Amino acid sequence: MNEQRFRLFAGGRIDRERAVRFDFDGERYTGFAGDTVASALLAHGVHLVGRSFKYHRPRGILSAGAEEPNALLQVGRGAYTLPNQRATQVELYAGLSATSQNRWPSLRFDAGAVSSLLSPLFPAGFYYKTFMWPPSFWLRHYEPLIRRAAGLGRSPTEPDPDRYEKMHVHCDVLVVGAGAAGLAAALSAGRTGARVMLADEQSEPGGWLLGSKTAIDDAPAVEWIASALEDLRSMPEVRVLPRTTVTGYYDHNYLVALERVGDHLPPGTGGARPRQRLWKIRARQVVLATGAHERPLVFRNNDRPGIMLAGAARQYVNRYAVRPGESAVVVTNNDSAYPAAIDLSDCGMQVHIVDVRSRPPEAMAAAARQRSIEIFAGHALVAAHGHARVREVTLASLDAARTGYTGTPRRLSCDLVAMSGGLNPAVHLFSQSRGRIVYSPERGCFVPGESVQAERSAGAANGTFPLAYCLSEGREAGKAAAAAAGFRKRGGLRSPKVEGEREQPAEAWWISPPSRAGAPLNKHFVDFQNDVSAADIALAAREGYRSVEHVKRYTTTGMGTDQGKTSNTNAIAIISQTLGVDPSQVGVTTFRPPYTPLTFGALAGRDIGELADPVRTTPMHDWHLAHGAAFEDVGQWKRPWYYPAAGESMQDAVDRECLAARNAIGILDATTLGKIDIQGADAAEFLDRIYTNGFRKLAPGRCRYGLMCGEDGMVFDDGVTARLADRHFLMSTTTGGAARVLAWLEEWSQTEWPELEVYFNSVTEQYAVASISGPFARALLEELATGIDLGPEALPFMSWGEGRVAGIPARIVRVSFTGESSFEINVPSDYGLYLWTTLMRAGARYGITPFGTEAMHVLRAEKGFIIAGQDTDGTVTPDDLGLGRMVSRHKDFIGKRSLARPDCRRADRKQLVGLLTEDPQTVLPEGAQIVDRVLPRPPMKMIGHVTSSYFSANLGRSIALALLRGGRERHGERVVLPLPKRRVAATVTAPVFYDEQGERLRA
Amino acid sequence: MLLIHCPWCGPRNEDEFSYGGEAHIVRPAAPEAESDAQWADYLFMRTNRKGLNLERWVHTHGCGRWFNVARDTVTHRIEAVYGMGEAPPVQSRGGG
Ligand SMILES: [Zn+2]
Repeated sequence: MNEQRFRLFAGGRIDRERAVRFDFDGERYTGFAGDTVASALLAHGVHLVGRSFKYHRPRGILSAGAEEPNALLQVGRGAYTLPNQRATQVELYAGLSATSQNRWPSLRFDAGAVSSLLSPLFPAGFYYKTFMWPPSFWLRHYEPLIRRAAGLGRSPTEPDPDRYEKMHVHCDVLVVGAGAAGLAAALSAGRTGARVMLADEQSEPGGWLLGSKTAIDDAPAVEWIASALEDLRSMPEVRVLPRTTVTGYYDHNYLVALERVGDHLPPGTGGARPRQRLWKIRARQVVLATGAHERPLVFRNNDRPGIMLAGAARQYVNRYAVRPGESAVVVTNNDSAYPAAIDLSDCGMQVHIVDVRSRPPEAMAAAARQRSIEIFAGHALVAAHGHARVREVTLASLDAARTGYTGTPRRLSCDLVAMSGGLNPAVHLFSQSRGRIVYSPERGCFVPGESVQAERSAGAANGTFPLAYCLSEGREAGKAAAAAAGFRKRGGLRSPKVEGEREQPAEAWWISPPSRAGAPLNKHFVDFQNDVSAADIALAAREGYRSVEHVKRYTTTGMGTDQGKTSNTNAIAIISQTLGVDPSQVGVTTFRPPYTPLTFGALAGRDIGELADPVRTTPMHDWHLAHGAAFEDVGQWKRPWYYPAAGESMQDAVDRECLAARNAIGILDATTLGKIDIQGADAAEFLDRIYTNGFRKLAPGRCRYGLMCGEDGMVFDDGVTARLADRHFLMSTTTGGAARVLAWLEEWSQTEWPELEVYFNSVTEQYAVASISGPFARALLEELATGIDLGPEALPFMSWGEGRVAGIPARIVRVSFTGESSFEINVPSDYGLYLWTTLMRAGARYGITPFGTEAMHVLRAEKGFIIAGQDTDGTVTPDDLGLGRMVSRHKDFIGKRSLARPDCRRADRKQLVGLLTEDPQTVLPEGAQIVDRVLPRPPMKMIGHVTSSYFSANLGRSIALALLRGGRERHGERVVLPLPKRRVAATVTAPVFYDEQGERLRA
Repeated sequence: MLLIHCPWCGPRNEDEFSYGGEAHIVRPAAPEAESDAQWADYLFMRTNRKGLNLERWVHTHGCGRWFNVARDTVTHRIEAVYGMGEAPPVQSRGGG
């Protein structure tokens, strides 16, 4: 279909030299550069573009902008596809492919349309009432049906091939919207030298002026726009962002805007440019010049394709050079439809005006009559007729009470209804800024009330509609905003000259009465996107809902992707009419960001893939990689998990590694454990207050294992701290807890005990650490170490010494997490890989074996050593772990007082125990629950749970650690753990399975 | 996104900071002497006013320093920023 039968021969902002081919629902069309998909379809006479959500009624293009509720498209193919795009905003590009979303199986023949016959099944509160049904029924029958039928678009399934960027900027004045008021504001703010940003959602600035025939300074408005833009471009501190929607207004004048950099280009042709750019803007002052949205009128079948907003019809004629039909009925409660009627007539359409007011505006009416436009004053549209396109309307004279009709109704044939129910200021961003919007009875709309943030509204967004006032209000707002940001300039800007407009007030008219008293209003649509009718809203009011927030949720009005831009005010008016109260008493709903939907791509920006989160690796990482390690993520660290040899399963590898650590030498990369350097005159005193056990008497050269509690007495981290000198300690923490522990120390030091002289520094990445364990560990180290006596008397368990290993200066710490005689070798990071490869080479004859975190976990569990965060969960005290002896009686420490609370002294607290399954080959799943008594099905009383569970190659059987109610008194008892489809019996033991006396680790 | 004036670094975005709860909660000098009820009050009970609150914040992704902020939880207006250990230059107010 290449014939643009409804394209005008002249005028408009389109480029007739640049034809653009595209397809819609599989049919090929041609439009022009400058078109939107909507304007190009209208140029072909295509109005039917979607099906409605619940009833699958045919729907057409209602608007020409962001408020569009009907014309939602899936745009682009494959990985580039985007759902929920408004045809009224999607710019045409060569090869664009769009499908209407809300149809099944096709737009013309819609199987879902049969549900129109079932519409009594979908009353207000449908969801709430239906959720009362058995959930299985909902899941199996309703949800799949509604999802398919509703067709709210699909997300791409392939990785996004486009790039997205984020910009963080500050400015003095942000002007949102580049219509008449916004341009005037930017000009007056810009000339003061302030840093001004002007963001506008359209492809070119100008707003509503682009679709009007208004003159400014005796020339077409577009010439004024062009000169304004030229002035702005000459100001070095002014930035104009077209195709940029400000979507959110947050605290302290922080706003987020989406710039569609490449959405108007064929996919993959944007070159180095991103597809979209997310702007995060901190503005000193904001001018909201966001314009207004026209309201539909509510009459029977007001949703038929071919029924659009009068202002939109005018946009299509003047901006896009499209004649939206042959014969129009313009229906209105205000003056703004008259220029629309005149424009439609001037482009060759036959036009009738239906004005609900009994006295139409004289001059405008005269201009209309000059064009042979017949005016029906004091009339309303009773109903529209037609199915896939409006073909006729019924109108009738309103009676004196304006709640019914008098005289004989008339019918007019037409293929376009242009309606205007007045204008709604686009107060979305103002409302997001937490400003309250208030009802203005004179203007029949909600307008911004008092500002809460450093912001002002101007022009139509402020309820100021005549052009002359928009220009002056914009200019004053820009000037005032710049002044508030500290920028002034003497002398005023000249006011551009515009034709005087004196408007008559709109009549507060919302809804046509039914054709006969009491007839249902179930085809008088209020929310087109969510298929909410006046009958639904009246039903909600009758069922007792009073607040608009409740009516909104009950009927779903305003809850679509358009957030009710065209429906909210009508809904509020109908509630107020039904309840017989003023609209201001019904209240307004809260507008929430985003103003129009954002893509996940834009929100994620570059923070995806390997840039999603930093990856931390140790100096030995390349060796681990080269030796086939499987890795485990611990916080941001990549730690070797196990090192499978050829043909080995994970269990095979872990078994081999565990056996080597007990029988030969195991070597572990322990670099990732947190290391905090602590110095200062009061360092020992400080540690005394942080740890449950004492550190003041720890001699330099020695180490001590410490437990840290929160002030609630619950274990929070653990680790070994070495005293390097009188005023100098080195604390180790868990890998995952390093940052948290450092923050914890800083917090207490800065906020509670500033009088203590103590300083903290993370040195985790300054040292690489290789830990060797096993009966031959000392022999190996003796071969490589110089300047240090490694014998058990000179360097006993829980001490440290300095020397050289393989020529590298090293600190050797005798701690053990495996339970074997261990040496932790700390060297400057740069030597880490050299140390590791040297140990591996020299250790070969002892059978040195690298082991990963899994073997480490098994080895420590054999010894009953806990892992904070695995065997503890924030509800476990030192005593629960059997570590009550580490709680000092002689000093205060964080959490001590809490341990004396009655709840911490209960005998039936969950305590750490060992579990040995009856079948030694059965490995319990971690998290398995121990129950009091096994019942056929849950609930059962849970008395404990498994925290760690492994197969131990050294013991030849499974082992587990568990927290069990009163567990210390239950050693030897048999407990049962119900698992899906089976139950496992186990014996409670002490939580130490190996070398209970600790002779091996002291060796 | 609040704009918080770190006393050391100047105005920075909220996401550089961490919130540290109510300010001016004094840790008892002799915890052992506190009754269970007194200790529970120190440990768990917070005012949580609807209005001006005195709060602790730390510039986590900046200088790492703790300081106090007087912030209105209704308007999010920050009325004062002051050092740890300093007396509040404004009084908290609003419903408890
Ligand atoms: Zn700072």
